[in-house]
Order: sequence, then structure tokens, then C-alpha cells
Amino acid sequence: MDLCPSVKNILLLDSEGKRIAAKYFSDDWPTNTAKEAFEKTVFTKTQKTNARTEVEIAMFENNVVVYKFVQDLHFYVTGGEDENEVILSTVLQGFFDAIDILLRGNVEKKEALENLDLILLCIDEIVDGGIILETDATTIAGKVASHSIDSGAPLSEQTLSQAIATAREHLTRSLLK
Amino acid sequence: MAQPLVKKDDDRDEEVDYSPFMGIEKGAVLQEARVFNDPQLDARKCSQVITKLLYLLNQGETFTKFEATDVFFAVTKLFQSKDIGLRRMVYLMIKEISPSADEVIIVTSSLMKDMNSRTDMYRANAIRVLCRIIDGTLLTQIERYLKQAIVDKNPVVASAALVSGIHLLQTTPEIVKRWSNEVQEAVQSRAALVQFHALALLHQIRQNDRLAISKLVTSLTKGTVRSPLAQCLLIRYTSQVIRESGVNSQTVDRPFYDYLEGCLRHKAEMVIFEAAKAITELSNVTTRELTPAITVLQLFLSSSKPVLRFAAVRTLNKVAMTHPMPVTSCNIDMESLISDQNRSIATLAITTLLKTGNESSVDRLMKQITNFMSDIADEFKIVVVEAIRSLCLKFPLKYRSLMNFLSNILREEGGFDYKKAIVDSIVILIRDIPDAKESGLLHLCEFIEDCEFTYLSTQILHFLGNEGPKTSDPSKYIRYIYNRVILENATVRASAVSTLAKFGAMVDTLKPRVFILLRRCLFDNDDEVRDRATLYLNTLGDGSVTETHKDVKDFLFGSFDIPLTNLEITLKNYLQNPAEKPFDITSVPREVKSQPLAEKKATGKKPTGLGAPPPPPTSAADAYERILTAIPEFASFGKLFKSSAPVELTEAETEYAVNVVKHIFDSHVVFQYNCTNTIAEQLLENVTVVVDASEAEEFSEVGTKPIKSLPYDTPAQTFVAYEKPEGIPAIGKFSNTLRFTVKEVDTSTGEAEDDGVEDEYQLEDFEVVAADYILKVGVSNFKNAWESMDAESERVDEYGLGARESLTEAVNAVINLLGMQPCEGTEVVTSNSRSHTCLLSGVYIGNVKVLVRLSFGIDGSKDVAMKLAVRSDDVNVSDVIHEIVASG
Repeated sequence: MDLCPSVKNILLLDSEGKRIAAKYFSDDWPTNTAKEAFEKTVFTKTQKTNARTEVEIAMFENNVVVYKFVQDLHFYVTGGEDENEVILSTVLQGFFDAIDILLRGNVEKKEALENLDLILLCIDEIVDGGIILETDATTIAGKVASHSIDSGAPLSEQTLSQAIATAREHLTRSLLK
Repeated sequence: MAQPLVKKDDDRDEEVDYSPFMGIEKGAVLQEARVFNDPQLDARKCSQVITKLLYLLNQGETFTKFEATDVFFAVTKLFQSKDIGLRRMVYLMIKEISPSADEVIIVTSSLMKDMNSRTDMYRANAIRVLCRIIDGTLLTQIERYLKQAIVDKNPVVASAALVSGIHLLQTTPEIVKRWSNEVQEAVQSRAALVQFHALALLHQIRQNDRLAISKLVTSLTKGTVRSPLAQCLLIRYTSQVIRESGVNSQTVDRPFYDYLEGCLRHKAEMVIFEAAKAITELSNVTTRELTPAITVLQLFLSSSKPVLRFAAVRTLNKVAMTHPMPVTSCNIDMESLISDQNRSIATLAITTLLKTGNESSVDRLMKQITNFMSDIADEFKIVVVEAIRSLCLKFPLKYRSLMNFLSNILREEGGFDYKKAIVDSIVILIRDIPDAKESGLLHLCEFIEDCEFTYLSTQILHFLGNEGPKTSDPSKYIRYIYNRVILENATVRASAVSTLAKFGAMVDTLKPRVFILLRRCLFDNDDEVRDRATLYLNTLGDGSVTETHKDVKDFLFGSFDIPLTNLEITLKNYLQNPAEKPFDITSVPREVKSQPLAEKKATGKKPTGLGAPPPPPTSAADAYERILTAIPEFASFGKLFKSSAPVELTEAETEYAVNVVKHIFDSHVVFQYNCTNTIAEQLLENVTVVVDASEAEEFSEVGTKPIKSLPYDTPAQTFVAYEKPEGIPAIGKFSNTLRFTVKEVDTSTGEAEDDGVEDEYQLEDFEVVAADYILKVGVSNFKNAWESMDAESERVDEYGLGARESLTEAVNAVINLLGMQPCEGTEVVTSNSRSHTCLLSGVYIGNVKVLVRLSFGIDGSKDVAMKLAVRSDDVNVSDVIHEIVASG
């Protein structure tokens, strides 16, 4: 395992450092408390930096963390001390570009929470048990999004039932307002 | 599934930080999970519920065993639905719950069906889920499908199978190893990531077979590896092969270097960087090899991407530790990074500059750093302080500005670790740069006037007690110390009392004043302070200006040479068995137990500064002396004259590694055999070396000291002592056999079997030669030393050394033969010169100073002639030197 590039965790936090989605692939943080403590350190130490145009980088507790902020979302990818920084940043780039595609450009907290299933699937498609599965954003997004069409059911029927469901939701929503 | 998940009650407060999961609660969601059991499945609804469950897990919520089982069984029902979206969520959920072995059986058939589905997405994901949850027996059932999947034409499926293989290799290696043919085929895949995953798996399957790895690397470095990630892997494997081949680049061109260098021109940045890093990490890398790597790293320094700048500066920083010269070419780029937005990059740039800087640039650099220090965090400041410390040691003449810098930052705000780093640095500078001592001590005195950390205060007071009395005006420190007695807490007061007493003991003129101060301490309200004051007042004499007795000094302030762990054990034993007899400190064993390996690693970082034991173990000789005096049998041999460098008695990579150090005493010789057991499955006991001294007539064996137990990878020493005629440089040849009892060890439990087998192991021979009796001691001015010696003692003779390869070779041969210290750089022969003079100095056994002047000449047929002139304190020794050369 030692020579293969590996990712220790992928984090998506909001602008207050609260967890939106987090996936840990390493045993370095065995408990939820340890995980939260790590997230807190990373968040407070990076909060004031400007990671909006370019991917930024820092070291914490012998880990390299690359990060990027978009609106009220903070994306992080962590790797070991000796990991190739450029590989980690490629993973991060793939992560938020894929999210950008999946959220259709509305990369912000509310949208992210409403599509949490997509984000979790997205992380699942990028790294498997610490090993990088895919870094190309379009491919990742393609794999995640492909599921919205069921090959088992006829296409026309599927879209119709989907349309009805959507309409029903919008109706209840407006009624309750 | 791109539609929003809606919870009705959330809609009302949409404006206030809307979250679809607001007010979500585990119990309610578990209730909702009942929809999984509906006969008519609503895929959308089910997906939403799974998302909620995953959200809860993601937030750190845990399910009880019962809840998890419940959810798991409910989720398995969802395999009935044909909705792909829902199926993906089901996969995710199963992975998150990680069901127990008896539950897994429920889903295996469904997953195996998906594994053979027409839909690629099903196949890929089902493989990943299945491999995550199954055990060895089930794996053999699906092995056939996995092998197929590895060579599947869909890259996603192939990757899924390969990555699963990498994970399974950890638990069931014997099964995965059977797939190497398929994996090998996948390495040739056209899909970039499949190649990457296949390469990673193939390497892991073969990682214990060096030859196979070497072949793999050889073939792939010639071919084309498509994916940048796979290229990075290949670079790592290549450096591993280079490392293990151990080819020295000084003599031969390093294999594969051309490949690494070629990767510097790759189009992907990750590959360029990986290659540059690999080159900088080559062992004994030459400047020529480094240059191209440093050039690309230098380009990265001015990149617009912080990640590249960081990666480059971090690597260059590491290179600068070992090869500062090649890095200096990046200095201009480095300097512009001091103002980098990213403080990690700025700190790394500064510390690199401190490592590569020259004496003239120090002042300018310090100015830049002063501005920089105020706006970085403590952790970065510590790094800078450490870099400044090493810079100061490199340029001792610059101590003034560096010491000022340290004292300035010492006055500023900062946490404990930061302050400790500064104090440690000042202490080290005081210790290593004599000129810096007085100003450094005053800086420390000022610091403790206003120091909030008890630990630092006591450490500084202790240090002050050792160093202060040796300064030109010790009295000026007394005020600072006594202030502590008045103003501080009990711990600091107690150590201030000890420090005062040290001044009193060492500086006789101060004694009356110190006594007055100590008497005042008798009224302190803390026991320890009063006790210490009483002890010192009663032992240091009557308070008049008299010299303190040496025994008293030794008793109070002498070094404590009993290992603390041994003392602790003995004291515990004493307390457990109460006796009338008072505790006897001489009953504590002085033998230092060899530390277990793990512990040694932890302490591997050499303690520096205050934490380090004062006088730091400066030379191997000190360490040897300490080991030897700890052995009672050898204590009577007197003072250690010389310890040789270790002589290897075994080939590298044999079962047992043994080397010998020859310790020469006046009338004894002790051989210290350092033994290492390199077999994890063995424990050696009663290890001795049986020495045959039949070819060393003047020596007679007087004692041996075996190693009781020699576990795997923990070096230990056995000793054999010989008596020899006093003061005579007896020489001889010794042949050795290692004798021991070997016991099998179960590596999984670490326990050894009870029964052992006697065994022997042949070691190589070694000799005690004349050079072992001469200490390398240099003189600073050879001419003066030579002339100050009695000309009567001079013995001159000429020798023909026969045909030699070169003059250098002849000079080195004589130096090695005599084992003396070359002076004034005369061991270096200018190339092509026809003659050379070499000056040597040393101390012969019996503490006789010896100086040697060697004049060499070489003629056209490479015959070397030598004139040897010796002067020494003892004429006989001059003759002995000639005898050595004549017989050598």
C-alpha cells in the first residue's frame, strides 16, 4: 500500500465549518470526535486564506491538505505527509468540478444539501478505500448522473412519472407557503 | 434525483438558513424506513429515506446493532426495484452499514446477479460492494467472475475489480495472487486508469520478488505508460529498484536515471514533480544528477498555482539540508516567496534561504525575517527559530546579530513550544560558540525575570548554575537568581536555591554572600526550598572564603551515572520488602538495558537544547567508556586508551550481523562484539564469541561477558577481555566463532519456544595491529610542536615502498598503517606531483606524544621511496614507530 498514492479523506464543509459530507479512508481518526477535531483545525486554519481562485495547500498534523472554497462551500482533500501534492490537488479539482457539473453551476450549501445523494455518490466514484478511482470531472459526473434514467423501465414512461412527481412536489410546496 | 428532497415542515422558514435535513431525528427516519417493506415500492421515496440515513451516519450518528440489522434487512428488499438511482443508493448504504458475516449471505445472491448484469454500472458497483463485505470462502465462489471483470472491456468494471483486488490482497493474499495473469493483461489496457490500478495491484502481488519488480520496471520504463497516475507509480517503483540495487553513482551511471530525467519533460505536472522529487531523494545524489530536477522545481516556484509553489519549495527545502549549493541558484525566486500569501510557502522559503545563505547575506535576511515573524503562527515561528539556530552554528561569526534576533523574539508574545524552541536555541549557541556565552546568559537571565513557564525557568536556572560560575564575572548573575527566590512559585524557588549553591561551591569569593542568601531561604514556607537550603549550608563549609572540598562538589553536583530506570526498579523492590537496612545505592545495577526497538525509534530524534543530557555524547569514545565502566569485571582495567572503529566480521545480509570494536587499555584489551540477530523467527540466548588466540601469543584471555538474550533486530554486545604485557604494543590475529542457543519464535505472538538448540556460526578473523595503540590527536601548529620536542629523540630512516599505483595511494597506506592524525591537510597529494611531505601526529599508548614527518618521492617506474622522521617524548617510542613501518 505504501507506494500507491492514497487519499486519507475528502471533506465538504460549510462556511461555519459544519460537515456537509465527509468520507475518511484512513484509520488516523478512529472516532467521530477525532474527525470533528481534525475538521475544526483544518477549517479554522484555512478559513482566512483566499482559496477561491486557485487550489490552496497547507500542512496539519503531518498531513498535506489541499483545499478550495466556492461560495459557502469548502472542499478539502487530505493526504499523507509524503504524498505528491499535485496528485492530491488533481483529486480535489476532479471533486469540485464534478460537483459543479452535478449541481449545474449552483455550487452553494443549500443546493448541496438538497442533492446530498449526488455528492455522496460523487465521493464514492472518486476514491475507493483511499485509492484514487477517477479524477476526470466529466467522467465522475457522468457516472453519478447516469443513474437518473432507469434502463429497466421504458424511457417515456419514466420521464412521465418523474414529471408528475415533480409537479406534485411543487404543488405541495406552493400550497404550504 | 436532481430534484430537491422536501420535508414539509422545513418549507416555512426557508429564508433562515434552509436545510432539507433541519430537525431530522434518527428515530423518525428509522420509522420512515418502513417504506422499504411496501409491496409497491416508491423508488423516489426510498431514495430519499436512504439519503437521510446516510446523512445521519455522515454527521457521526451511530446505529445500534439492532437498528443496523433492521435497516440492512429492509434495504435488501429494495433489490426488487429496477430503478438504477435507488440501486446506487442501496449499494452505498450496504457499504456504510458493513453487515456482519452471517448477514452478508442475504445480499450475496442479489449482488452476484448484478455482477453479471448487462448494465456496466451495476457490474462495477456490485463488484466493489461485494468485495468490501465478503470473506475468503465466499470469495472463492466469485473468483471466476472477478478474474473476468479484470479484463472486462469496460474500463469502469475493470477498475472496480482491480481496486477491489488491491483491498482484498490485504486480507486474502493467496486468492488474489492467482489473478496475476489477468492483472498483467490489464496493465496493457488502453484505458488510462485501468493501467494505473493494474500496475498498483501487480506491484503489490509481486512486492516480495525483487527480480520480478526489477523486470516489470525495466519493461515498463521502455514502453509507454499512458496515465499520469500510472507514470507516478512507475517513478516510485523505479526509485525503489534504484534504492535496492545500491549502485553507487560516483563510479557507474545510475540505472534508470535517464528514465527519471526523461519524466521531467512529461506534460503532466504531477509526473514532472514526482520525477523531480524522486531524483532529489536518490541516495548519494550527485550535483550533476540534481541539476535538471532543481531546474524544473525552480520553474514551479514562480507558478501561479500555490500547490506547485508549495510542492517545489518543500522539496527544495529538503534538498538544501544535504546539498545547499545546487539550491542557491533558486535564491532569487525564493526571496520573492517570502511575501507569499500562503504562509506555509513563505516559511519554507525562509528556512530554505537560511540553509543556503552565505555569510554576507545573513544580515539582509534577518531584516526580512523580522518583518515576517510578526504575522505568522507559532508553529511556523518554531521552524524559523530552528533554521536560525543551524545558520548560527554554520556562521559562528554572525552570532551577534542572530543572538540579538533570538533575544528580541524571546521578549515577544508566544506559546510554550515557541519559547522553548528559542531558549533551546540560545542554550545550544552558548554551548557551541564560546564568544556568545556571556551575552546569551544575560538574555536568558532577562527572560526568567518575566517568564510564565515554570519548566523553562527551572531549566534555565539549572543551566545558569552550570555555566554562570565559569564566566568572567559570576557575581552579576546572583541578583537575577535571588530575585527568583523572592518572586516565584515553590518549584522555581527550589531550583534557584540549587543554582545559588552552585555559585557558592564553584566561586569561592562569592561564598560568604551566597551563604547569607541561603540562610534567608531557611524561612521559606516550602519544604523542598528549606531542605535544599539546609543541605547546602551544611555541606558547603562554614561560609568563609575557602575552597569547597572536591568530594562535596562531586556529591552535590557530580554527574549521576546510575541509570534512572534501574534506580526506580531497585527502589520499588526495596519498598516492597521493607528491611531494617538503609537503602544502598551501590546495589543498583549500572548496566544499561538495551532499549526495545520501538522505543529507540521514538527517541530517534536527538534531544537538543535543555532536554539533552548536559555534556551531549560528543564522541563514540565517551559512549564506549561509559559502557565499559558499567561492567564491573572491566572496571579494574583503568582508563580506556583507544577504541577502534568497528570491524565487520560478517558479510552484509547474513543471518547474524557481527562487528567488533577493539578497546585498548594499558595492560588489557577488550573486544566488544556488537551482534544483531536478523531472523525474526529466532531468539538467541547465551551468546558468546569463542576466540582462538593461538596466533596472538602475547595475549591471554581473562574473562568474557555473554549476551543473555538476543531477540530479533535488537543489537546487543558481548565482550571478551585479554591481558597483555603492560605498555607493549602486542599484536596478533584472532579467529572467532559465535556460539549460542537458538530458540524458535512464533512471529505472530512473539513468544519463544522453551527448548533451544546449541549452535555455532563462523565469523571472520581480525587482527590487533600497531595502529590500535596510537591515538589520532592533531596539533594545530606542527612546526612549533616539532621544534618544541627534544631533537635527541629524533629517529630518521629511509624506506623503499616498492611500486605503487600512485603517490596518494602510498601516502594513505602509511597513514593507515600508523593510525595517526594527518595535520594541516597534508594527507592530500596534489595531482601529478613527484614528491610529497606528510605530517602526522598522535599519542602512543602510555600517553607519549609522537610526531612524524614523512617525505615521499616517486620515480618514473612508480617506485616510491619514503624518508621517515619521528620525534616523541620517549626515544623508545620513536624506535617503535620505525619498527611498525619496517614490519608493515
